[in-house]
Amino acid sequence: MDITLLIAAAIKIGVFIGITMTFVSICVIFERRFSAIIQDRVGPNRTMIPLSILGFKKDFALPIGGLTQPVADGLKFILKEDFTPSYVRTVFFWLAPVFVVVPALLTMAVVPFGSPMEFGDTVIPMAVADLNVGPLFIFAIASLSVYGITLAGWASNSKYPFFGGVRACAQMISYEIALGLSIIPILMFFGGLNLGHIVEEQVKNGWLLLPLWNEGGFIIGSGYWGQENVIQRLLLLIPLGISFVIFTTSIFAETNRMPFDLPECETELVGGYHTEYSSMKFALFFMGEYAAMVVGSALIVTLFFGGWSIGFGIDGLLPTGAWWVSLIHIGCFLTKVTVFILFFILVRWTIPRFRYDQLMNLGWIVFFEAALINVFLAALVIAYPSIGFMGFIVGFIILAIASVLLILIAKGTTKKPSATAV
Amino acid sequence: MDSIAFYLFAILSVLGGILLVAFRNPVSSALAMVLSFVGLAGLFIGLNAYFVGIVQVLVYAGAIMVLFIFIIMLLDLNDEKPVKFKSSTVLAGVVIPLLLVAQVLGVIQSNNTGDAGKFQEITKMSMAESAKAYPEDSAIYKSLTHEKAPKLPDTNLIGHSIFNSYNFPLQIMGALLLVATIGVVVLSKRSAKKAPTES
Repeated sequence: MDITLLIAAAIKIGVFIGITMTFVSICVIFERRFSAIIQDRVGPNRTMIPLSILGFKKDFALPIGGLTQPVADGLKFILKEDFTPSYVRTVFFWLAPVFVVVPALLTMAVVPFGSPMEFGDTVIPMAVADLNVGPLFIFAIASLSVYGITLAGWASNSKYPFFGGVRACAQMISYEIALGLSIIPILMFFGGLNLGHIVEEQVKNGWLLLPLWNEGGFIIGSGYWGQENVIQRLLLLIPLGISFVIFTTSIFAETNRMPFDLPECETELVGGYHTEYSSMKFALFFMGEYAAMVVGSALIVTLFFGGWSIGFGIDGLLPTGAWWVSLIHIGCFLTKVTVFILFFILVRWTIPRFRYDQLMNLGWIVFFEAALINVFLAALVIAYPSIGFMGFIVGFIILAIASVLLILIAKGTTKKPSATAV
Repeated sequence: MDSIAFYLFAILSVLGGILLVAFRNPVSSALAMVLSFVGLAGLFIGLNAYFVGIVQVLVYAGAIMVLFIFIIMLLDLNDEKPVKFKSSTVLAGVVIPLLLVAQVLGVIQSNNTGDAGKFQEITKMSMAESAKAYPEDSAIYKSLTHEKAPKLPDTNLIGHSIFNSYNFPLQIMGALLLVATIGVVVLSKRSAKKAPTES
């Protein structure tokens, strides 16, 4: 470990946490403005610098269309009274918001933000920790954030937060299974868990869900079709597409976003697990949720949409390792993440909230089994070159029979929703 | 640098273990156990076993302990009352750890410990050297001889040895876990039938 890498790591930690926190506040303003657009309102568009409290005649409005709203929100949360009810379990009550925010920020450490910079011989990857267990690291650390929400519900020592906490706990554990199973086809396809290598592979051979180009050229040219296993790659789009749907939906459930925000369901539970919280502790829960949303979007982009790659063969034209290329790639990555954050907000205002038993059925009966079948389907397509056409057909028939049996069993065990669901 | 991290995580792990016993509140105890697991995961990562370390967090801290806490909260367990121990229990509690310590000391003392003391720094050269044992188009080879940033593909290596050398034990373990799962379902269904009034 030489000193250059240490300094680079320190700078990267600072910059990437800064970017994540900026994105959290951008999420706040996007959520408010984009929701307003969807609902045909204006939204917060003229946050001013309150000069009038200093004795001036008028407040000063910056001409940036309400972009200062997150600053105002943050200030409001910090200046509010921090009230701790007398009946709470104090230590856990204070600990819980920390447990929500810290894991969400930690998971950002393995996400590759841009292409590696090269200074002479030293290669500096644009991820704080270029681990070989990238997605697993994210799942492991993200699973720790369950503690935050559950403890918040329990420590509040009142009924509705407790319900929220218990719901969050059950929901997040359930969807972790679907989340983990759904990315197995992707890991099988790439043959590794290093997110940096996964992105580099996508730069060469097309984004996972958009294989419009490969080493031979674009899909319209003959070079593309001349490559090995092109048909197999296109067939793989079926299992990978299923993976994408399951993964994205599970991310919604993991981050407690609409339509799966049962833990904070305000029509039933007042405010869910954060009912008793006020001021900055309350804001920390939201920061945690938004940070988890940013990480979720980053992970979706990295795995399915080429991470930092510009795509369409443009990456190959740029020189590798130059610092400005890295910056362009970081910009490209952040643009894609922004698109997905907007998608998160769009879904929030499109799909109504699920009922709790529907949520559990979706997780355990639909997604769990679909992901399981999907793993075998992907394995079958990947194994095609070595087992031949007959082997493929036989395998497919066996898989189809097994799937049908599985679906019949699942249907048989599903009960009608009862009125006493928690 | 490595030894600082080792002592930090070792202390964390032991501290978690001590607090687990010392706390009277079950939830505090469970969280202390999580601390201990995280410390242990740190130790694994310090040994370049990223996969084992991360799975330690994912399975124990992230899933099993969450279920423990879930149950503790649902049952609303109260603080444990301090119990008076029998002298035989205390004696066993002293003797068994002493035996374990003696065993560890014995292992350290004997020179017959296989790879111990022969640890090599993982460098580009050593990785390229060990890559020769694997076929050139495998993921392990590619990761070990990656031109810019070669890495020890510990996940792939674990998978390689499990599925090549220990395939049959793995299958047996899978069957064992399946039997256990089915057993749990059967047992819980039976008790639900006996007491239908509770819901």
